[in-house]
Amino acid sequence: MKNNNKQDLLWIYRKMKTSRYFEERMEKAYMEGKQPVFNIGAGPVPGEMHLSNGQEPAAASMIVHLTNEDTVTATHRPHHQAIAKGVDLKKMTAEIFGKKTGLGKGKGGHMHLFDPNVKFSCGGIVGGGIPHAVGAALANKKKGTDRVAVAFIGEGAVNSGAFHESLNLAALWNLPFIVVVEDNAWGISVAKDKSTCVPTNDVRAAAYGIKGYEVRDNDPLEMYRVSKEAVERARKGEGPSIIEIETYRYLGHFQGDPELYRPKDEVSKLRANDPIERLKKYLLKETLASEDDIKALDQQILKEVDNAYEFAINSEYPEPEAALEDVFV
Amino acid sequence: MEATKEKTRKLTGSKAMAQALEQEMNRDESIFVMGEDVGKYGGIFGSTTGLYDKFGEDRIMDTPISETGFIGAAIGAAAEGLRPVVELMFVDFHGVVMDQIYNHMAKIPYMSGGHVKLPITLLTAVGGGYSDAAQHSQTLYASFGHLPGMKVVAPTFPHDIKGMLISAIRDDNPVVFMFHKTLQGLGWMDQLDASLGPVPEEAYTVPLDKAKVVREGKDVTIVGAQMMTVEALDAAKKLAERGIDAEVIDLRSIKPIDKETILKSVEKTGRLVVVDEDYYSYGITAEVSAIVASEGFDYLKVPIVRLAIPDVPIPYSRIMEKFVIPDAKDIINAVEKMVTA
Repeated sequence: MKNNNKQDLLWIYRKMKTSRYFEERMEKAYMEGKQPVFNIGAGPVPGEMHLSNGQEPAAASMIVHLTNEDTVTATHRPHHQAIAKGVDLKKMTAEIFGKKTGLGKGKGGHMHLFDPNVKFSCGGIVGGGIPHAVGAALANKKKGTDRVAVAFIGEGAVNSGAFHESLNLAALWNLPFIVVVEDNAWGISVAKDKSTCVPTNDVRAAAYGIKGYEVRDNDPLEMYRVSKEAVERARKGEGPSIIEIETYRYLGHFQGDPELYRPKDEVSKLRANDPIERLKKYLLKETLASEDDIKALDQQILKEVDNAYEFAINSEYPEPEAALEDVFV
Repeated sequence: MEATKEKTRKLTGSKAMAQALEQEMNRDESIFVMGEDVGKYGGIFGSTTGLYDKFGEDRIMDTPISETGFIGAAIGAAAEGLRPVVELMFVDFHGVVMDQIYNHMAKIPYMSGGHVKLPITLLTAVGGGYSDAAQHSQTLYASFGHLPGMKVVAPTFPHDIKGMLISAIRDDNPVVFMFHKTLQGLGWMDQLDASLGPVPEEAYTVPLDKAKVVREGKDVTIVGAQMMTVEALDAAKKLAERGIDAEVIDLRSIKPIDKETILKSVEKTGRLVVVDEDYYSYGITAEVSAIVASEGFDYLKVPIVRLAIPDVPIPYSRIMEKFVIPDAKDIINAVEKMVTA
């Protein structure tokens, strides 16, 4: 854990900005070979692409409280959590480009990133990762450690059976488990109030006798404060929590989503309240960083991300026959 | 009966589905649709395009991501006499709801001695070929075909898509209706000639238990479904240039499987290639081979060839995905070896 707020907040800024820049590059890389006619299977990065621009506070302001030994499970929209968790950025980028140097040797792709070195995993099935985090928390408890496990999910996943079953187990066994619900308001095209019977999901904590927290307005500082409390409680054996953060999805559900279902001006309003810019202003106002500090940091971030892309682009594709390996280990 | 009316126009697979649903919903008020993003979005693969505006949210119902809940609810509603059409976006997503499907939907009619009818149509998208990786690219034809109590269909061409969807909706049994993403004619995927085809305007039915000979030939029988039918037709065209006359059978129905059409063809050609965009073991290639081995063994001049995904999950990286999914080239190689054997 970091020693003080200044370091933590700079770390959060760094991770959010890294994620943002990584995704802005990905948005462009993904469109290569898909213009003028969009074809989901074409270009150097084929398949579905779910970007998390706007949702960075949910990940960075929680994961700042975690170590490499704490577990994170994520979703089909996993880049911001992966970057915050310290997943090897070069190998992650190479995986997304389908290269043999990737985390999964090109077998997984962007929705299926696994980095056991930092205890990170994600998957393409909604709600699928929640019980895995419960299992990691169970293992932590059995081993007598103070490690925690955090499941990141979207607000759509709370209505899956896996959510309810997992939360009951976590509460029943008093596990060091936290679920972060990233409420970006849309389950693909279905608005939250058309899928969920309560306005916010922190209230569901009452059903399991655990603690529920609500973070409004995609606020990185409030997310930081709330997450700190939840993680500390989990480490002390005080049980699981639900944290729901109201966050923003700047882009479509996937790249290529026509987004006819959402109001035209929604995104521009969201972007005007960008959480990274807000945190930057806060850092400057509180004199936690100078303009020059931020510039220097931004330069480091650009370089780190550019290096990862360069590594990925220059890496080799797997041999076709490699498809037959790794079914059994 | 298969339609022959003169009023016919070309539609894509997805438009053929939407038209079938619209005509059936106009005909029968007990039909309604439930699923994720079937409302304003019109279905991720276009199967309900335009229907929300025509029928409103009471009959075209967006659901939460509560698959056990809404597919289970379709069972309850069907038992009460409604005719639910439910869509579960990707066939890969059925894992969470298989209990409702194979322990309940598929068994209740039987366990009730036929007293409970469950006229459910379960729509789902299948198939890979566009790097959507292991959790979004399967077909799982055989997984559903294996379990008794469900009819399982997988039409290829728009004409059959419309006619078989209407048959499925009118059938009093649960029907799993698999549509292939690449055959929907969606603007954002590979553009295939096969995804656009003549579709009569009026409602018509195509039987749920009949395969179709989509190309006649005398030298070899190639059996496939959906994209493998398309690859087989492509292979047959190229084989013809080399003097090999291939017959291609489009299965259309996974369960029940049309033995008669397959056996009749192999009796004529004496050679069989079965090609499947599903896993090798215990799959369509095994089933079709077993039918011919046990009921048409004497027809065979050479051993049967099975082409399928070699028992690995679908890999993400394009080069590996292409390696595991059979294509026209694989079929041509297999056939050439057979005829020179």
